[in-house]
Amino acid sequence: MEAEAAKLIGAGLAAIGAGMAAIGVGNVFGSFLEGALRNPGAADGQQGRLFIGFAAAELLGLLAFVVAMILIFVA
Amino acid sequence: MFHVKHFEDQAIVAAEEGKIDPMHQFTIEPLFGSQGWELAGYNIAFTNSALWMLITTVVLTLFVAGGMKRALVPGRWQMAVEVFTGFIDDMLEANVGKEGRKYLPYVFSLFMFILFANLLGLLPLGVIGVHPFTFTSHFTVTGVLAVLSFSIVLIVGFAKHGLHFFSLFVPHGTPLPMIPLIFVIELFSFLIRPFSLALRLFVAMMAGHVLLEVLSGFVINGGNAGIGIGALVSVPSFALMIAISALEILVSAIQAYVFALLTSLYINDAEHLH
Repeated sequence: MEAEAAKLIGAGLAAIGAGMAAIGVGNVFGSFLEGALRNPGAADGQQGRLFIGFAAAELLGLLAFVVAMILIFVA
Repeated sequence: MFHVKHFEDQAIVAAEEGKIDPMHQFTIEPLFGSQGWELAGYNIAFTNSALWMLITTVVLTLFVAGGMKRALVPGRWQMAVEVFTGFIDDMLEANVGKEGRKYLPYVFSLFMFILFANLLGLLPLGVIGVHPFTFTSHFTVTGVLAVLSFSIVLIVGFAKHGLHFFSLFVPHGTPLPMIPLIFVIELFSFLIRPFSLALRLFVAMMAGHVLLEVLSGFVINGGNAGIGIGALVSVPSFALMIAISALEILVSAIQAYVFALLTSLYINDAEHLH
C-alpha cells in the first residue's frame, strides 16, 4: 500500500473516535436530562458536573480529530 | 521550520488544483513585514494573531468599562456586564467556596477573553474582505493560557500547603500497598492538565473553523459546477453552514465556560487539597 493512502485510511479510521465521542457526549446530556426531569429542583446545582462530564467525553473525540489532522498534514 | 514549509507546499498544491484549502485560514502572517522586529534574537513581528488579540482586548475593555457605572438601578449595559461577573462569581463560589473570591478577577478575565476571542473569530466579516483570525485556534495561545492557570495552581498550592501539597496525589484512605501506584497515576493526571486544558479549546475552535471552510468549499465549487449540481450540493451545504454557525456560537460559549470551570476546579484542588 502506498504511504499516502495508508495515511488517509488512518485519518478516516480516526474519525470513528469522533463518532464514539458523540455517543459519549450524548450519554452525558441524556443521563443528565433523565435525572433532571425526575428531580428538577436538584438539576441547576449539577450543571457544573454536567459540563465537567461533557468536557471529559468531548476531549477524547477532539483527540481523535487531532490524530486525523496529524496524519493528513504532519506525518 | 520543516512543518511550516510542508504546510506551504500543501497550500500551493491545493491552490493549483483549484481546491479550497481548509488550513489556509490559520496561517499567521506578519502585517507590517518581519524586518526590524528583532528582540533579543527573536522576531516579534506584529502578526494577524496579535492584531486580533489587540482587537479582542479593546472590545472587551469597552464592553466592561461601559457597564462599570455602579448605578443603583442598572441600565441594560450594566445588566449585561453584571450577568457575566455574577455568573463567574457564582461558579467560583460553588466550586471553590469563600476563598474563591480572590480568583474572580483572573477567572473572569480568562473567561471573557476566550469568549470574546471565539465570538470575534466567528464574525462574518469575510463578506467585506476582512478575514477575522481566531487566535484561540492556535495551540501557542491556548497553551500559554493553560500554563497561566496551571502555574497559579502550583504557586497557590505550594505557598499555602508547602510540601503537604503532594498529599493531593494520595487520596484519603488509600491502602498502603496501593500508594506508590496511585501516586504515580494521580501525578500523571495532574501533570497532563495543562495539555488537556489547552488542547480542548484549540481543537474545538480549529475543528469548527475547518468544518465551516469545508462546507463553504462545497458551496463555492458546487456553484461553479453549474445550476443542477449547484442546487443539489450548494443549497443544502449553505443551509448546513448556517446551522453549524449557530452551533459554533454555542461551542464558543461552552468552551470558554469549560476552560473557566476547569480552572476553578484546579484552583479548588490547590486551595483545599482533597
